[in-house]
Formats: sequence, C-alpha cells, structure tokens
Amino acid sequence: MQYLPNILFAIILAVGIGFFVMNVRKLSRNIKLGKDVDRTDNKSERLKNMLMIAIGQSKMVKRPLSGLLHIVVYIGFIIINIEVLEIIIDGLLGTHRVFQGIIGDGFYAFLIGTFEILAALVFVAVIIFWLRRNVANIKRFLNRELKGWPKNDANYIIYFEIVLMSLFIVMNATDVPFQQAGIGNPISQFVAPLFDGFTPETIHTVERTAWWLHIGGILIFLNYLYYSKHLHILLAFPNTYFANLKPKGQFNNLESVTNEVKLMMDPDADPYAMPAEGEEEAVPEKFGASDVADLSWVQLLNAYTCTECGRCTSACPANLTGKKLSPRKIMMDTRDRLEEVGRNIDANKGTFVDDGKQLLNDYILEEELWACTSCNACVEECPVNIDPLSIIMDMRRYLVMEKSAAPQELNMMMTNIENNGAPWAYNQQDRLNWANEE
Amino acid sequence: MNVPKMADMMAQGKQPEVLFWVGAAGSYDDRAKKISRAFVKILHQANVDFAVLGVEESSTGDAAKRAGNEFLFQMQAMMNIEVLNGYEVKKIVTCDPHSFNTLKNEYPSLGGKYEVFHHTQFIQNLISEGRLKIDDTNLKGKRVTFHDPCYLGRANEVYESPRDLIRRLGVNLTEMKRSKETALCCGAGGAQMFKDAEKGDKEINVLRTEEALKTNPQIIATGCPYCNTMMTDGIKFKEKEDSVIVRDIAELIAEANNL
Repeated sequence: MQYLPNILFAIILAVGIGFFVMNVRKLSRNIKLGKDVDRTDNKSERLKNMLMIAIGQSKMVKRPLSGLLHIVVYIGFIIINIEVLEIIIDGLLGTHRVFQGIIGDGFYAFLIGTFEILAALVFVAVIIFWLRRNVANIKRFLNRELKGWPKNDANYIIYFEIVLMSLFIVMNATDVPFQQAGIGNPISQFVAPLFDGFTPETIHTVERTAWWLHIGGILIFLNYLYYSKHLHILLAFPNTYFANLKPKGQFNNLESVTNEVKLMMDPDADPYAMPAEGEEEAVPEKFGASDVADLSWVQLLNAYTCTECGRCTSACPANLTGKKLSPRKIMMDTRDRLEEVGRNIDANKGTFVDDGKQLLNDYILEEELWACTSCNACVEECPVNIDPLSIIMDMRRYLVMEKSAAPQELNMMMTNIENNGAPWAYNQQDRLNWANEE
Repeated sequence: MNVPKMADMMAQGKQPEVLFWVGAAGSYDDRAKKISRAFVKILHQANVDFAVLGVEESSTGDAAKRAGNEFLFQMQAMMNIEVLNGYEVKKIVTCDPHSFNTLKNEYPSLGGKYEVFHHTQFIQNLISEGRLKIDDTNLKGKRVTFHDPCYLGRANEVYESPRDLIRRLGVNLTEMKRSKETALCCGAGGAQMFKDAEKGDKEINVLRTEEALKTNPQIIATGCPYCNTMMTDGIKFKEKEDSVIVRDIAELIAEANNL
C-alpha cells in the first residue's frame, strides 16, 4: 500500500505525457501537409535568430510594457521547470524535496527563494495581462477575430497561471518543516500564518493536495497547449529558426511559372511536342494557394505558432484605416482550416475526403486579400517572425492565375503592362519624352 | 536635356559606368518625370557616365507580381533581362524603390544579376568619392520630415542613405512617430496604386499625411515616385498645399545645388 502514491503518480505522468506526444505527432503530420521548401541553409544565422528572438525575446521588448511583462512570465516558466523536475522525482521515488539533500541548504534556499519571487512576479504580470485584455480598451484585443474562443483561450491561460502559481506558494506555505527551516520562503512565509490554528494533519493534507493539484495542473496545461494559442511556447523556437532570411521585399519566383514562360519565349520550342519517352506527362501544377495544402510547411508552422497577440494587425496600414484585412486573422484562419483538415483526415482513416470547403472564401475573403499593400509591417512586427504576407501573396496568385479574379482596375493595369510595358496606357515609343520636357 | 541612350552608346562602342533605370512612373507620370530630370541633372553635375534604355525599357513587372500575376511578371523580367544582358549591364541605379527591389532581389534567379542602387545610395557614393558636393545653404533651416518607402526601408533595410543626404542639406530633420522599421505605408504598394482601396473609414495616404503633418514640416521628403504622389494627394486633401511641399530627395539636392 505504501507505494500506491508512487504508482498513481507514475500513471498520471505517463498518461499526461502520452497524450502530449500523441498531439505533437498530429501537429507534425498537419504541418507536413504543406509543400516542401528548403530552409536548411545558413545554419549559423538561423541559430542566431532563434537565440536572439525566441530565447532572447529581442522583438518582444519593442513594446516595452507588454515586453517586460512577457519576459517575467517567460523566465518564470523556464526556471520553474527545475521545480517541476524535483516534483517529478519526488513523486516517482516517494522522496520529499530531494534536491535539498543533494545541493545543500544554501543553494536550495536560493533556488526556491528565486522561484517564489518569480511566482509572485508572474502572478502580478498575468493579472495586468488580464486587465489589459478585459478592462483596458486596447484596440488589438477588440478586433472581430478575437471574439469567442480566442478571447476565452487567452483568459483560460491567465486563470491557469494564477492557479498554478497560487498552488506553488500554498504548497510551500503548508510545508511545515520547510517553513520552520526558514530558508527559501521569501513569499510563502507571509502565507503560512493563514494556516495557524489548523491541526498538523489538516496542514499536511493541504500541502499534499496543493502538491498533487500543482503537478496535475501542469500536466493538464501541457495538454491544453495543442488546442491553444499557448502552443507558441514550444513552436516559437523552430519558427524563428526556419523563418525567412531573405530581404523582406524579395518574393519567391514560382519555378513552375519560370518553366512555362521559358517555353513560351523559346522560338525553337514545339508547342505540340509529346513528352519524351519514359517521361510521364506532368500534371499541370496549381498556381498559388486556395487551401492549406497549397501553402508551404513553413507557412503552416507559422499558423500554429501564432500567439494572436495582434501586433501585426495593429501595425497594418489597411487595418489602421478600417479595412477588413487583419494579418492576425489570416494566420488564425489558416490554423483553423488546417485543424479542420486534420480532423477530416483523422475521421477518414488517414486520407483527406473533400469537404467542399477551402481556406479561400470559407475563411479568408478576397476583400481581405486585395486590401494588402505588401508593406511588410506585419512581418516586421511579429515577435516570432511569422510571415502573413507570404500567404496573402500566394492566395492572390491563385485568384489571378487560376481564377482570373483580380479587381477590374488591376486587370486593366496588367493588360497595359502586357501591351505597352507600363501600368498605364501610354505608348512605349513615348518612354523617353520626359527628357525633353520642362 | 542630354540623356544618353544605351543603343547609341553601343553603336559608338562605349559602355557607360551605370544604367539609369527610369521606371514606368519616372517615364510617364508628370510628377515623377520631374524626379527623373532632377536626378539626371545631379548625374551631369557629378560627371557620371550613364545611359538609359529609353524605348527599350519596359515595366519591371513589379506591380504585376504584387497583384499576383507571376506569369506577367516573369515575362517582363525575362524580356528586360535579355535587353540588359545584351548590353552587358553591370550597374543599375533607379529612383523607384519598387524597381530597385525587383531588379536587385527578384531578377537574379531569373538570370539577371546586377549591382543595383537606389538613387539615394548612388548619390551618397558620389559624395563619398568626392565627385559631388551638396550645398547646405539654399534650404538651410527648413523643417523636413522623411517618409520611408516600404520597398526601400523594411523591404531592403535602406534607412540611412536618404537620411544622410537630407542632413547634408542643412535642414532640420524631424522624424515621424512611425519611421524606419515601423514606418506606415503610403498606401500605394502591392499594386494598390492602380485600384481603389477596399472599404474602410480612411485612406491610408491621408493617415500617413496626418502623421507627417504632426512634425510641422515645410517639406515632406520622399524617395519613391509612388509615395510622392500619395503624400502630395494627402496634402491636397488636408488643404495644406500652401504651407507644405512634397519633394523627392533628388529634387531637394538639385534645388540646393541650383541645378
């Protein structure tokens, strides 16, 4: 009987981690639905980006208040994992505060004391976060794409963190030998007196309950990640590593188009030529993107990484002037559609069965796509290097090259380029007239 | 105005130092033509051996590409590359950040590899080589703000060369709240120049003009023909034409040097 808690703990831990691994597999499968793109070059620059942006939070601090608060929560999260490790070892072996004996009282006191202070800071930070989201009228938290689940999700995360931090402090406050030793309890010593007058048994029960709920809560939170914008705490790392390194103004040249154009421009090409022997007639490639499978795996990784912070949208000139486009919504729509496709595959034994829907029109409207000025403000703003513009461009390409569905004025502009070599209807022979005017 | 043509140079067996890519706006737009002329005056003053393609130049395809028409873009690109490579062009300078970006970043993988400069970078080089001086008395003390073009700034991280030139004018440069990396678009990029804006509650160029006016400028300096048009329209909308002018940096330099 005495091993019952250890066995129970091992089972809970295994189930918690098992579910997490299952979801990570699903995540990886969904991201791989995207088209291949090579992001294995420049390893040192990529690593530097990840170190600076994901670990160093260099882009977060461009907005000082939310940046600072985020760093507090982030450091709290990283450091507290040492505490979680101790809890796991204690839980499996039936020990109590196993690190204390290993690293000695002094260092242990420093470690736990630091955690307590961080826990308190995190507590304060997330309460400010809650106020910013629910009381202060900050525009980027009021956009239409943030109604419903995204808003609730953000709040659930905040509640989770408040509860987890409280449990950690209560657990320490009701650990009588720990309080009596008076080491590493800078915060919990002020909570401990609340339990004066309780019987030792009750205090012990409170301590054990807080301990179990704390680790249980962490395992539940771990599994909540997949369903939440909080997934960014994991994906920010690969996302910054694989992010685009080229100049922001450089859009990719579609290779499939290059081949077609070369054929068209080659006077020796035989348009009726049969494919060479042994060569399969290539399936005509789809130009641009209308659904998630037409996007690259990096764009899909972007969608899962998006934290819905809305810094992109708050810098978007179209959004600032009241247009429907919101780069954040582009990313959220892409993730929602990708999740839908993933569920479809799960329900149909591993193959996607056409559901009559796609990313274009069912999620992202043409009006949103055409409002973009391609100014890269959203790309610049994103604290984790997401590129909403690349998705907008790929979808415009689909609209124009597959559907001929450009706005009429743009069709005129393109006809002019085709006929006169300029977006306006001027004669190419007049191209040097400017030199002789004044 | 003497604007040498590549074809004539070729006929004389000469290869100019640099090709001036005028761009569609610089060739046809009445406002932007003035920028082309101002820049040519500067090139002449610095004795730069340059030439233009003239009627052999065609749209870079930038607007078509941003509109989503990759076919048309690549057709344009390959035709232009054929012409440029035929003349063995090595160095290109342009006053249009959209041409600059496309020629510099998107032509190489299609076979067009050139050293490409925005005119502010090129002029800056002329100064550092001692070939050009900017007179800092004509515009001295004028209140100026600079609007960063997206395709020069964020897209290619060129923030300093335009500012360096403006400071050399002896003017009083005040930055807008949104500038450099965080600059607001003028509203013309991504082929928006050629269509009406989607429904909203304001035009982007009006918002940007308001931001510029907050610095209380006498001159709004730009480095892009499209930004120039958008800001000029914004000033008209705000009925400030009498107190604020919009000028390309090349025009300001030409004015400073009495060209």
